[in-house]
Amino acid sequence: MSQMSDSAPPRLPEPDRPWLMRTYAGHSDAKRSNELYRRNLAKGQTGLSVAFDLPTQTGYDPDHELARGEVGKVGVSISHRGDMRTLLDGIPLDQMNTSMTINATAAWLLALYIVTADEQGVAEDKLQGTTQNDILKEYLSRGTYAFPPGPSMRLIADTIAYTVTHVPKWNPINICSYHLQEAGATPVQEIAYAMSNAIAVLDAVRDRVPQDLMGDVFGRISFFVNAGIRFIEEHAKLRAMRTLWEEIGRERYGVEDEKQRRFRYGVQVNSLGLTESQPENNVYRITLEALAITLGRDARARAIQLPAWNEALGLPRPWDQQWSLRLQQILAYETDLLEYPDIFEGSKVMDQLVAELVDDGREEMNRVSELGGAVDAVDYMKGALVSAHRERWRRIESGELTVVGMNRFTSTEPSPLTADGDGGILVVDPQVEAEQRAAVERWRSERDEGAVDAALKELARVARADDENLMPATIAAARAGATTGEWAQTLREVFGEYRAPTGVGEAAAILSEDVAELREEVERVSNALGRRVKLLVGKPGLDGHSNGAEQIAVRARDAGMDVVYEGIRLTPSQIANSAAQEGVHVVGLSILSGSHRELIPAVLDALREADVGDVPVVVGGIIPEADAAWLRGVGVAAVYTPKDWDLNQMMRDIVGLVAERHGIAAPA
Amino acid sequence: MSRPSPDGRELAARLKEHDLSVAPAVLNLLEGRRGDAREETSALLEAVAPSSIGGEAPGHVIGITGPPGVGKSSLLSRLIEAWRARDRSVAVLAVDPTSRRSGGALLADRARIDVHPGDRNVFIRSTAAGDRLGGLAPATRAAASALAVAFDVVVIETVGVGQSETEVADVADTVAVVVQPGSGDVLQFLKAGIMEVPDVLVVTKADLGKIVTRALADLRAAVEALGASEVLVVATSAIAPPKGIDELIDSLDAHRASLDLPARRLRARRLHALADFASEHGERGLRALGGRREAERWLSQQDPGLDVAALERVLSDRAGA
Repeated sequence: MSQMSDSAPPRLPEPDRPWLMRTYAGHSDAKRSNELYRRNLAKGQTGLSVAFDLPTQTGYDPDHELARGEVGKVGVSISHRGDMRTLLDGIPLDQMNTSMTINATAAWLLALYIVTADEQGVAEDKLQGTTQNDILKEYLSRGTYAFPPGPSMRLIADTIAYTVTHVPKWNPINICSYHLQEAGATPVQEIAYAMSNAIAVLDAVRDRVPQDLMGDVFGRISFFVNAGIRFIEEHAKLRAMRTLWEEIGRERYGVEDEKQRRFRYGVQVNSLGLTESQPENNVYRITLEALAITLGRDARARAIQLPAWNEALGLPRPWDQQWSLRLQQILAYETDLLEYPDIFEGSKVMDQLVAELVDDGREEMNRVSELGGAVDAVDYMKGALVSAHRERWRRIESGELTVVGMNRFTSTEPSPLTADGDGGILVVDPQVEAEQRAAVERWRSERDEGAVDAALKELARVARADDENLMPATIAAARAGATTGEWAQTLREVFGEYRAPTGVGEAAAILSEDVAELREEVERVSNALGRRVKLLVGKPGLDGHSNGAEQIAVRARDAGMDVVYEGIRLTPSQIANSAAQEGVHVVGLSILSGSHRELIPAVLDALREADVGDVPVVVGGIIPEADAAWLRGVGVAAVYTPKDWDLNQMMRDIVGLVAERHGIAAPA
Repeated sequence: MSRPSPDGRELAARLKEHDLSVAPAVLNLLEGRRGDAREETSALLEAVAPSSIGGEAPGHVIGITGPPGVGKSSLLSRLIEAWRARDRSVAVLAVDPTSRRSGGALLADRARIDVHPGDRNVFIRSTAAGDRLGGLAPATRAAASALAVAFDVVVIETVGVGQSETEVADVADTVAVVVQPGSGDVLQFLKAGIMEVPDVLVVTKADLGKIVTRALADLRAAVEALGASEVLVVATSAIAPPKGIDELIDSLDAHRASLDLPARRLRARRLHALADFASEHGERGLRALGGRREAERWLSQQDPGLDVAALERVLSDRAGA
């Protein structure tokens, strides 16, 4: 206490300015999303965060086969500069700070943004914002990759090299630890893998920019982190990342300017821990997680977006998102949070927590480094994440980890929040896909085809010439009127395509006592069938959130089933073909993108065409109750949503279903 | 009661007509362990035996094996593409190395082989390996002989190096061992005689340049020193643009053309019967035959016309006698 009177006063001379407040938003088409952005800005939001739909994120136009059912679902569909112009209409880009959740196609969307700004009369060096652009975590968790690792790293390096000189206020990459936590990462894994990813990116850029620019490059790297419910440890995690980042800048890249070494991050807090049961409790969870990223001034977020209370139910409505924005505003404008210096300064507990995380994080980083760095260690990291996620799930199932309202304190009054006819979620008009298909065809017919061809030809040439930067040709293609699908297809032809590791083969087996009874039942049914129960786990469509499917695959294996799992992004005919050739007894499909009403019936049709229409199909994902009933009506045997967290029960159901379809009696 | 097993004779008839769509049902039957499945399996194997179809099954049974991570699946993807370009139908029996830790297995091989999903002339089936790395799944031998009736090429893909790949050599017409440049293991195994010399040696990742040239030279020298200069050594690259794929196919074809096929197939049938016998009667059964070697010697004196089921019966009789 005595020290306090000697040192700086415990209040800041001026309260800090609040962080950038955003809402991750966008759906359907550019026009509807633009209206939403304007309303959000009028409510006091200070930055934009653009959510793109999966075809845009993976480089397909709305009329591509793989885009079926996905157009405008989890975000806005943007095919060309006309769409981007509409999306940003009336929003002055010299004043706006825009974050774009875009990775494989980041260079392309940034090019469209630059061209749109130019049309508004805003020079590119005035633009502020962020492209997510972190491909390694797409391989590890989120799944919206398009190209193999080598060319993907080049694209990232090229966008960084370009923006550092031409768009100096832009954050060309947000290294994401966010998605790692969603995939089950422990705090140590989150720290270590994010830092290792950043090193891989910086090493790739180092080869493509003059050495004297490396300080600027380092200074433009920002992070996109997560914060879970254990909010003290989560805050310590951010402080640990700050320490490690400064060390990496100083020691590995020789960055001398202290400002350039500063750890800068934006946040979306945890969605993994949000529950479908008693969803109103999620408001408290989000609030506590928001404290993790704001409490200590030394590791406070630069930009925040919060999930909505009903994310485990479906797509949030504008009102749900407004509720989350208000939380940020209360925190920044009503509380005294911004009036003090770092409140953890001198805290022994915090310092020790941070030291522990730094040490453990460094050790795990060394492991990745020994494997040849993050690009080569993707298999290892993926396997480690699947195992960590499974351990988390095991603790929830066993009750070691309490989730209020889900595995404890589960009795509840009916919730008035979900009592409305719409079930408390946003439903995208199914007409949007047809409209967007027509719109992109119209766009193609009205543009200067010769100019587009020439621009794409030039793009292909630059892509083949490894030593040229791809950005200028990309911007030229955007200006000429090329589409998202054409840009990506041109590069796919040069770079090839890629399937990321699934991580499931590497995951360790569960303790046998947890599944002993289940194994007996699988054994019994397998014997009666004459061959081992065989399950196909499929992910139709473009949704890359494979964590759920992976956990199902691993648990089914642990329960004694033979499991065929092929990873993400499969067409209905691929799934049906595999089901038929592999002779599976049951098919499990996972969809989180809201496209189940289109894709599931397509899979059922394909199964019938492949002559295996009698194989039962179960579906898991974020599926509103009304849709679940509808799916059962069209022939789905069972539908599972986040409230069905007991995986062993799900396995029992699946085995029971196989037994029933094959006329095998229930156990005596 | 659960559904009856499919009719083995009927499946065999459709295989003889080159009806490839019957492949999944054939595998479902052959993987079956129930009493009725065994009877139907015997019926099927009898109906596809050389005595029933008037000669050896025409398909080329190729074993592709090698250590994990050498790029077997990528190579296989390119091979399938090239075989299809030559208008050959292809069946792949992917024996997944994942062990049955819990009885169950995760079969991820399929994901790594890319084929056109609409192509009805390509069939891929994954099964879990037996108890050890490189071992075959119980149904693989039977599946290979049945599918060779209908498909132009039947690939058995296994993982392993050293002694463990001998099982695939028991059943395939041609064995290709896949190695990557710079991996000294295979060279050591060859020199030490731990590994049988394969028919074709494939060096992947030929895009890596110098070390590939070196690896090729080392392997050629090794097979030369072992007096096995007839072994074909081929370098391939699966990344665009693929290299060496057509040359590899030509090498596989050349080996098959130079082969005494009836002799190799006869040996395969005898070893198949012995494997089935061993899995049914275990070590005790083998001891009753005077040990594995003695059993192999005795089998080599039996009527060449016997099919697998008949051979298994004579083995059982002998063990019981």
